[in-house]
Amino acid sequence: MSYDVGDLVAVRDSAAEPPEVPEGDAAKTIEGRSPWRLAMQRLRRDRAAMIALGVIILIVLMAIFAPLFTTITGHGVYQQFRGPQPPIGLTPLGQPVRPSSAFWLGTDDQGRDILVRIAYGARISLFVGIVATAFVVAIGTLVGLAAGYFGKIVDTILARMIDWLLAIPFLLFAISLVSIISPGLTLVIIVIAFFGWGAVGRIVRGQVLSIREREYIEAARALGAGPWRIMFVDILPNLLAPLIVYTTLLIPLTIVIEATLSFLGIGVPPPTPDWGQMIDAASSIYLYGPWWYLVFPSLALVITTLAFNIFGDGVRDAFDPRGELYV
Amino acid sequence: MARFLIRRIFQGLIVMFLMTITVFIIFFIGPGPSAVARTLAGRQATPAQVAAVSHRLLLDRPYPVQYGHFIWLLLHGNLGYDYYHDQSVNSIIAAAFPITLSLLVGAAILWLTIGVLTGIVSAVRTRSIWDRSFTTLALIFYSMPTFVLGFLLILGFYYELTINHINLFPAPGTFIPLTSNPVQWARALILPWFTIALVSAAIYTRLTRNTMLDVFGEDYIRTARSKGMGERRVIFRHTLRSAMTPLVTQAGLDIGALVGGAIVTEQVFGLPGVGYTAIKAISQQDLPVVIGVVLVASAGVVAGNIAADILYAVLDPRVRLH
Repeated sequence: MSYDVGDLVAVRDSAAEPPEVPEGDAAKTIEGRSPWRLAMQRLRRDRAAMIALGVIILIVLMAIFAPLFTTITGHGVYQQFRGPQPPIGLTPLGQPVRPSSAFWLGTDDQGRDILVRIAYGARISLFVGIVATAFVVAIGTLVGLAAGYFGKIVDTILARMIDWLLAIPFLLFAISLVSIISPGLTLVIIVIAFFGWGAVGRIVRGQVLSIREREYIEAARALGAGPWRIMFVDILPNLLAPLIVYTTLLIPLTIVIEATLSFLGIGVPPPTPDWGQMIDAASSIYLYGPWWYLVFPSLALVITTLAFNIFGDGVRDAFDPRGELYV
Repeated sequence: MARFLIRRIFQGLIVMFLMTITVFIIFFIGPGPSAVARTLAGRQATPAQVAAVSHRLLLDRPYPVQYGHFIWLLLHGNLGYDYYHDQSVNSIIAAAFPITLSLLVGAAILWLTIGVLTGIVSAVRTRSIWDRSFTTLALIFYSMPTFVLGFLLILGFYYELTINHINLFPAPGTFIPLTSNPVQWARALILPWFTIALVSAAIYTRLTRNTMLDVFGEDYIRTARSKGMGERRVIFRHTLRSAMTPLVTQAGLDIGALVGGAIVTEQVFGLPGVGYTAIKAISQQDLPVVIGVVLVASAGVVAGNIAADILYAVLDPRVRLH
């Protein structure tokens, strides 16, 4: 799998069909339901998506109330249980201890409680997932709007830039950036935002290209609306549905990329708990027995991305039931 | 056709040229030159010794001179020499490439087979139990980061089997060249292949299923069915062929991206392929090796794109290359 954000959804460059609006008598007898309400109704009826949403809410709660895990277990995030007084988090040989009543998910190579660290790790995954995705979508939308609306030379330059960006061996560059920017949250967000917007930009551009030929845009222009007004007031609202769908599907991908960057040592440096970094640390010792150090952070990561992906699929089906926008 | 190819190759060369400049800039903004000179000169080195090392590696020359030197060598088919052992970058990459190529070819065959077959079954038997299980599995593997799947496969199929005295797979990190023993070659690569393939196949399952469902709605499929054509022929000759085009584009991009090394998989399994070499070189600030790998990687991406465009025209006669 490549880490091109565009892998997520292959999107055809076609504009959204406007919802069918009943006319004349029909409009009087049929209660008007906005496309938003219809989409929400469809989403609520999607059982898998609703279960996934429940899981997402649980994970968000776990991140927010992570200190509660410390209170319940009595184990700090950074606390190393090296003995001699119980509970003991390291075997006499300095190995992690397996899951038990004292440490529900076992301990890591430093004798810390894995459960507590997973709860705190959720904070980083969710934070990066949401903030970096927001940057990606914002930059992509702005560039796509500009390229699609202004056309000509602006479009050519921006389109070439996107081509160039998508041809960059993303992970290699991310790793080499470590020599300029020290590893951490900022680097992760910069890397994802910088390399991610191209795919969004391409989609928005395609949509804008067809929307700007519509009659109501012509009407707006005839009324004397300037380019900014047309772009943000007349065109942007029409892009909201695809953007919402794209954003929900981008969040899990961003979480995967964050974990991968942390695994490669470009993410949040230790001792701050982070799922990718925990898996990286586990990878050097799990073949000596402590499978729980590898398996539990991996499960946390996969459950989170899976829940977001199932929910994202549901959102896509709700906004685009005929499958016209997205493959 | 020829004009199209020439233009695309030219565009690709520009992209590669921009890449080398970007790598140079990152290297010189960062601690690159001084870090390399200091490491090489050793801990006890005097400033004069450090300067001497810099001088030998041309690191004290103006950047355009260094870049010009690199381009000059490149025009002679030489990627330069690494800073630490004076080994030629050509030979470093030549040593790593067979490993990456073995990974890439095996994984691509697996993921295309798995992805397309499950996609066809899902599309032909929509909403059946097969469709549901395949799409669910696809979503699970799609949600799984490559390194997580790799470690879980090692844990489940290497570790658990080996401690129970079933030596099905050799220890991770083993690579046996195809030419010396094909069976051992495949045995050592099965887990890495599946790591890449399962994660990638997920995209192809969904893509195949959805495009085939689209094509099933076309008029010419109805015509083919109504004139009594067998279902198998409808599926393979008519539907699959037009459903292939988005798959080919995706495959071109994915395979091209892997030429620069399956960085994560090589890291997880400790296979010294191109990606593994690149990570080592980056951590040592070994500029010539990094540039060499970046060139190979972007050449892969560019070639993958061009190959996809050509195949596109072969598969779909409506597409003409201009």
